[in-house]
Amino acid sequence: MAATEYIVRTKDVVKIFKLGDEVLKALNGVSVDIKRGEYVSIMGPSGSGKSTLFNAIGGLDKPDSGSVFINDVDMAQLDASELAYLRCHTIGYIFQTFNLITVMTALENVTLPTIFAGTPNDEGIQRGMDLLKLVGLDHRLHHKPSQLSGGQQQRVAIARSLANNPSIILADEPTGNLDSKTGEEIITLLRKLNKEQGVTIITATHDYKMVDVSDRVIWIRDGKVEKIQNREDIDLDLGGFGGEKDHL
Amino acid sequence: MVTGAGIFLGIAFLCYSGTTYLLQKVPSDPSLLHDYQLDHNRQLWLVAMALLVCTVGITNSMLMSVSERFREIGTMKCLGALDSLIVRLFLIEAIFMGVVSSFGGWLFGFLTVFLVHILTGGPGAVHDFTWTVIGSVFLGSIVIGATVTLIAALLPARHASRLPAAAALRTEV
Repeated sequence: MAATEYIVRTKDVVKIFKLGDEVLKALNGVSVDIKRGEYVSIMGPSGSGKSTLFNAIGGLDKPDSGSVFINDVDMAQLDASELAYLRCHTIGYIFQTFNLITVMTALENVTLPTIFAGTPNDEGIQRGMDLLKLVGLDHRLHHKPSQLSGGQQQRVAIARSLANNPSIILADEPTGNLDSKTGEEIITLLRKLNKEQGVTIITATHDYKMVDVSDRVIWIRDGKVEKIQNREDIDLDLGGFGGEKDHL
Repeated sequence: MVTGAGIFLGIAFLCYSGTTYLLQKVPSDPSLLHDYQLDHNRQLWLVAMALLVCTVGITNSMLMSVSERFREIGTMKCLGALDSLIVRLFLIEAIFMGVVSSFGGWLFGFLTVFLVHILTGGPGAVHDFTWTVIGSVFLGSIVIGATVTLIAALLPARHASRLPAAAALRTEV
């Protein structure tokens, strides 16, 4: 498949939730284009539809109308096993609640996606160890998630998301459950991976520290794109990562 | 753990009543035959109830154990697991748990019945435990335990694996 400039495109995506008799339009015609290798943040207040957009891009939920293209392939056209293949090889997920498998060690968690991909066992384990080293957890290979701190768990989750060399990483509020210092470390790590490995990163967040490292920010409000800004156009008075403390 | 205990106790109960049923002897005195028939029917009824309780109990524990892992299923879906793989994982686990717990349950139920029988019938009662009795109760326990566990795990696992990943992830238990 020819590499296109846009790795993710959404066109007039609409997602409707029914809460009893009430109909809620979580997404109301969202069209965004995301370039290969970009670091994009989807920002917006809670309930604005950013997680819904995120789920639509990741193929976790089917939009009610409109289409999502990954590498110019319309997700709506894929059947369950093709979607699984896409999730396995093209997309890596990071969640707010880490979602590690609790009974598995850090290494097993990272190796899991390679098993789904059919990678030989030795290769998968080697890959897992390399990735855990990359996120700085090579001394914690055989610890269970309950023995790891929140930041460490999230780093395991990041390593896991990279297991099958995806071209896109989707992170849904990756810093939402972390204190601000640990959150910074995670953001720095994501940015590093974005620069060094050239992986496209899309995060849904309301952490303003995330804006600082993003190439572009998509602001969502009431299920619509409010504005899309490039980083240099955003006047952010954070004064670097430590800046937030000055405002407190 | 609790799921295993549920299966364990269910099978132990079933095994206890089953063995007691099999150990019942036809009396030589014809005047006691009527009483025997009544007792026999009551025992049969007890076995049927035990089977029912054990089935419902095991189904319930398996349903709980799979439902509380909806998030895990959702996560695995996000990581690219095929629906069939997820179902297979749960089935293997269920079979394993079913067989191990049933074995434990059989052991526990059988030992109890053994002790009770010897205490009430004297040392000579050991001979009532023929290999046929032991074997049929053993086989019955394992087969029923594993089958019920398997069916009870299959339904929720299949349901969960077919959910859209986001829905499975949203599930709060």
